[in-house]
Order: sequence, then structure tokens, then C-alpha cells
Amino acid sequence: MSNKDLTNKDIYERICKIVAPFNQKDVSLFPATSFANDLDFDSLTVMDLVAAIEDEFDIVLPLNMLPDLETIQQLSDAVEKIIKR
Amino acid sequence: MDLLDKFDPLIAERARMGDSQPDPLNIVMDEMLSATEAMIGGRKIILAGTNNYMGMTFDPDAIEAAKDALDAFGTGTTGSRILNGTYQGHKALEQALMDFYGMDHAMVFTTGYQANLGMISTLAGRGDYVIIDADSHASIYDACAMGNADVLRFRHNSVEDLEKRLKRLPAESAKLVVLEGIYSMLGDRAPLRELIAVAKAAGAQVLVDEAHSMGFCGETGRGVAQELGVEDQVDFIVGTFSKSVGTVGGFCLSNHPKFEVLRFACRPYMFTASLPPSVVASAISSIRSLKNAHNKRAHLWGNVERLHGGLKKLGFNLGTESVESPIVAVCLETQDQLFGMCRALLLEGVYVNVARPPATPTGLYLLRCSLGAGHSADQVDRILEAFKAAAHTLQLPLNEKLRAASASENAKAPQARDAAVATG
Repeated sequence: MSNKDLTNKDIYERICKIVAPFNQKDVSLFPATSFANDLDFDSLTVMDLVAAIEDEFDIVLPLNMLPDLETIQQLSDAVEKIIKR
Repeated sequence: MDLLDKFDPLIAERARMGDSQPDPLNIVMDEMLSATEAMIGGRKIILAGTNNYMGMTFDPDAIEAAKDALDAFGTGTTGSRILNGTYQGHKALEQALMDFYGMDHAMVFTTGYQANLGMISTLAGRGDYVIIDADSHASIYDACAMGNADVLRFRHNSVEDLEKRLKRLPAESAKLVVLEGIYSMLGDRAPLRELIAVAKAAGAQVLVDEAHSMGFCGETGRGVAQELGVEDQVDFIVGTFSKSVGTVGGFCLSNHPKFEVLRFACRPYMFTASLPPSVVASAISSIRSLKNAHNKRAHLWGNVERLHGGLKKLGFNLGTESVESPIVAVCLETQDQLFGMCRALLLEGVYVNVARPPATPTGLYLLRCSLGAGHSADQVDRILEAFKAAAHTLQLPLNEKLRAASASENAKAPQARDAAVATG
């Protein structure tokens, strides 16, 4: 299956798997889970997460997009948009 | 809701720190005795964390030049470089830089921070890409936030990771890869030759910040690019006067034929007052003397070998396994150890920098020492004694490491490097 065939749900689930090792406080993950407020990620952690996501989906996810991506769902939507571009 | 409420956690943290004196983040230099000693809180302190790599802050020629300029041109320019703030001195300083680096164009900024902020945010615009090292200085991150380009970040010093990220970008897009000769926190060097080769293969232009390598790396002190023989591959060199040059200010050099237009496009150059004439005059004097300062360079490297070897022997875990720069970072595990050691060192008569995340890679608490050509061997020995005494006061677990180190020569240092790379 090529990345272009991934559904939004597939992408969400794969992102949750990537977030897991960064989730040191073991917070339950939901679409509305916020990286800064719920997961308590600092800016360095978020940037490391972005690198992992870029490698997982073989995409370019520029850091300047991050201020608009607060939750796992928002991040999944952005990844989907980049994959299907 | 008050605008400053968001800083309550920081206010609470500062309050906790202020309980123990001296406060490492509230140091006041009451009197400067020399380039390497100051009076702090009534104590005579050896300065081992001031980035004064070539010991130029009390250079007699630089001081005399500054005094003359003060008399002849006054205390300040009260204007921007593109309006009334360019004096003959600013042009002479740009010429001195072009002579020092053997390059065609130079722009002088009011600080090194502004040089990075201005160059990176102006060079890369909407639709372009900036690719930066994960351990980049705050001025580089801030430049990315200020500009309109898409920003990518590669794993610290990883040629493979940079190559992978460059390959995902559209071939026809304009790209700027930003590197530093020496990274200021751990004091480690960039593999510039390999990184630049990968950048050039992808059609990117390259900017190298030599802030922490100018003066003592390379045959005539131009930096790591000179030492590695790759200067002809570097499109833009950025640097500062606030370290080896001993004053304040920043600069960018390039051979690009269109470079001069940036004076009319680069906002951190245009919308701030230019450097005062006295600063300009001392910078010219110091830059001219750096070219042939071979003895100072040799003395500096001798100092660093002595400190690095001595700290390793005492059982400290260092940021680099061998000497890579005049920065020697002692890696600690907690913030309490970091501030405790800094305080204990001050009481023993030595000042070093404290550095912690996010200024450092995740999880690294660094006592950052930087030596200069102005330090004597005796001062380096006193710094080592202070470290030994401070570690004893704090009961830092050094003995175990000392034993491990003597059992296997490089037992601990490589682990610190790996941790830095893995989290960087």
C-alpha cells in the first residue's frame, strides 16, 4: 500500500505509535490530546517528534507549521494533506 | 488575566534559585582586573566561562584605538547603517574583514545575534527552504521564526540525516543549509567537509557560523572552514566580534556578486543603530592582529589540553572525548548538581557558565568552561583545583568514574557524546 492510500485513521494510528516513546508521563492519547498542554512536550521534544514523523511517512513537515498543530488530530490532518498533495 | 501571568512558573523557579547564594544566573562583575579575572561579590574570581578566546578585551592597541575614535567621532552614531550610521570606520572595518577572510563583500551588524537573524531571514524567503542543525544557536532558530521560508532540522552533525532530508525537497527550490564550525554548548566541531558536500550535491547554498571558531582555528584564524580547506565551498560566513575579537558586533562575508543588495533588504541591518565608533576601532585593531597571532593560538590550545586532560583525570564526564575547541563542557545529571557546582566553584574562586535544556540538548546539564589565550598555565591549574574541591564539597560521584576511567581509558566520555547525539 502506498502512503497515498492511507486513510486519516491509518495516519492517526501511526502517529500515536510514533508519539508513544516520547510520552514519558504515559498520558492516554486521543485525537484532541494536546502536545503542549496534555503531553507536556517542550519545543525540543516536538521537533524530535516531527523528525520521526517525516521519516515514517517520507514527507517534509516544516517546523514553521508547528504553531498551528496543537493536537494529534491536527497533526494527522496536516500529514494527510502533505501526503496527498 | 495579566499578560505576565504566563511567566509564573519561571518566577517561582527564579525565587527557588535565589534562596542559595551566589545565584549563578545573577552574577555581577563588580570590577574587571584583566581579561581573565574579575571581582565578584567581594571575591577575586578566575573567569573560565567568558568566550574571551584570544584574550583581546584588554589588548593595549585595541584600547588605544577605541579611545582615539571616541575623541574623534564621539560616543555613538545615533543612526542606521543605511541612513546616518555609516562612518569611515564602519567601511574600514568591513575592509579589514574582507582582508582577513580574503572575500569580496562584508556587512557589519550591531551584534552577532542580529547577523544570523538578518542573514538567514533575508536570504531564505517564502517558498525557499532553510535546513538547520538540531543543536543550532538560538539566533539561528529565531531567524527561522522571523523569516518566511519552510524550516527543516537535521540530527546534530549527521551527514546522513541531512542528505535524507535534502533529498525530499523539490530539486528546483532554493535552499540554505546553516552550519556552525563549533557548537557552543558541548564545544564539538561540525564535519564541515562532508556536510557541505551533501548540501552542494542537493543544490543548496551554505552559510557557516564561525562565532566560536574565529581566531584560533585554521592557519590564520578564520575558523573551521579554513582548517578543513573548504572555504571556497562556503557561500556565506557569519561571525561575531564579541568573542575572539573582544568587543561586540556581528558580520557576514560572501563572494556572491549580488551580496551588496542585502544592505537594502535585511531588516536587522537596516532598522537598528550602527556600532559606536570606539567599538568599530577596537574591532579593526583586533582583527588585524588576529591574523598573525600564532603564539596566542598555540598557548590557547595548550591551555585547553591541560584543562581537558586534568578534568578527565579527576573523573569528570566531558562533552567531547578529546579536545575539539576551547570549550570544555562538564556534563552533570541534574539541575541541582549544576547550580550546586557553579556556586561551589565561585566560592573556590572560579566562574564558569551554567547551561541546561532547552539551550542544551535534552537532559544535558552543562558546566561550560571556555578558556582563552589570556589564561596562564597556573590559572588553569587553579581552575582544576577548584573543580576538585567543589566536587568534594558536593560529594559528586566521581570516584567510581575515576576508577572506571583508569581501568579503561575512555570509559565515560563517549557515553556523554552518544547521549548528546541521540537526543540532539
